[in-house]
Amino acid sequence: MGKRSNEPFLWLLFSAGGVVSALLMPVHLLLFGLAFPLGWLDAPGQEKLLALVRHPVTRIYLLIFCSLPLFHWAHRFRFTLYDGLQIKHLNELINIFCYGGASLGTALAAYYLLWSTP
Amino acid sequence: MINPTEYLPRSYHTRVSTYWWLKRWAYLKFILREASSVFVAWTVVMTLLQIRALARGPADYAEFQNWLRSPLLLALNAVSLAFVVFHAVTWFNLAPKAMVIRLRGKRLPNLAIAGPNFAAWLVISAAVTWILLRG
Amino acid sequence: MANRITLEVTRYDPAHNEKPRLDTYEVPLRKEWVVLDALNYVKDHLDGSLSFRWSCRMGVCGSCGMTVNGVPKLTCATFLSDYAPGPVRVEPMKNFPVLRDLVVDTSDFLVKLEKSKPWIIRKVEKPLEEEYFQTPEQLDAYKQFSMCINCMLCYAACPVYGLDPLFSGPAAIALAQRYNLDSRDEGTSERLDILSHHDGIWGCTFVGECTAVCPKHVDPAAAIQQYKLTAAMEWVKDLVLPRGAK
Repeated sequence: MGKRSNEPFLWLLFSAGGVVSALLMPVHLLLFGLAFPLGWLDAPGQEKLLALVRHPVTRIYLLIFCSLPLFHWAHRFRFTLYDGLQIKHLNELINIFCYGGASLGTALAAYYLLWSTP
Repeated sequence: MINPTEYLPRSYHTRVSTYWWLKRWAYLKFILREASSVFVAWTVVMTLLQIRALARGPADYAEFQNWLRSPLLLALNAVSLAFVVFHAVTWFNLAPKAMVIRLRGKRLPNLAIAGPNFAAWLVISAAVTWILLRG
Repeated sequence: MANRITLEVTRYDPAHNEKPRLDTYEVPLRKEWVVLDALNYVKDHLDGSLSFRWSCRMGVCGSCGMTVNGVPKLTCATFLSDYAPGPVRVEPMKNFPVLRDLVVDTSDFLVKLEKSKPWIIRKVEKPLEEEYFQTPEQLDAYKQFSMCINCMLCYAACPVYGLDPLFSGPAAIALAQRYNLDSRDEGTSERLDILSHHDGIWGCTFVGECTAVCPKHVDPAAAIQQYKLTAAMEWVKDLVLPRGAK
């Protein structure tokens, strides 16, 4: 057992994603998922939101918001599959599904936020 | 492992049940905490769909907003909110354990690190709300 | 308070039994008795064949760990009256093979403990006449993790250890960290080579049950998370400045 594992990199991503989701997701879900649809608060109009999203700072914010939490999910879900369902022997498949999925989501977010939204 | 001998025929190995996590409340709480990550992923998916609808124009976005009003989505987002809040609370309470900050030789108590985390949570949530709600 | 209580105790004789069973014994319920006293009463008066480990009977040797009503406990530190009116179920520690009755095979833990190199590692030993000085602050840095009595209750509580027998486990990692934090030690890098692997610190998912059951308040979960942070910082350092390069 000489060479150290590269697991620290995945754990750092998991931790960063954990912080981002903990700080930001409750308010996003509360507003966009419940308060605005149910009319508890006045939802911002489509033009205003689009103008907000177009701003470079918001683009970066949303890119981080969509990317890091996915890696948080990937890492946590991978271990849940190992321990909860005891299917560790499928670990290559699990890794591809989890980290591949997170990478795909990140690529999609980058596409929408940095490329296709004018 | 001790090898079986004439005087020690075999040791008994208990198989871990697939439902080990239901046997104790602490284990169930742990699995629920880990399951919160699925709802974190859902929030990202919903946000990506929202950004796509926004970019496509007012009609698409109105359709997206209607979809969010459907009972299924409202229920899903209510459950997601509960899990995401559970993640945030457990995260802020546990994160201090990884960090050892010493002030004048004494280790800072956990509350001194968890407290500012919760405060930051409140401030950032208020800031996001303000940005979205101002006219 | 009633003056008797029922004990349900695991019995297993590998020479004669296919699998363990629960036998019932009625023992006196004395206010100051612990579960270990009840087990000794059974052995002295009811069934001399009952086998179990114990030694100091005061919570410092780590010998008497068992599962009491589903929870890992030191039987010398668990009051019988807390379980009144009973019954009290006493089983061997979980996650270890059962040798006989309440006695488990602990050799796996001992192998893993040794792998952590839980001793002071120096590049050059000081001569015998010279002391290693340590301030109270330096002692404070690792003291909590040094309180471990190797009772293995944390292994019994850890679901990861139960599911993955290759996992190093809470105590072995916490004791490695105890030496990493010791100012006299120079072995952090050597221990990282051994423990920064999937079966070492990265197998831990911070369930936290190890800390909850530890009778000496070692908080192995915290030790492991701190170790992860250390390992992650070392990993970043290695990336930016490869080891060996100056």
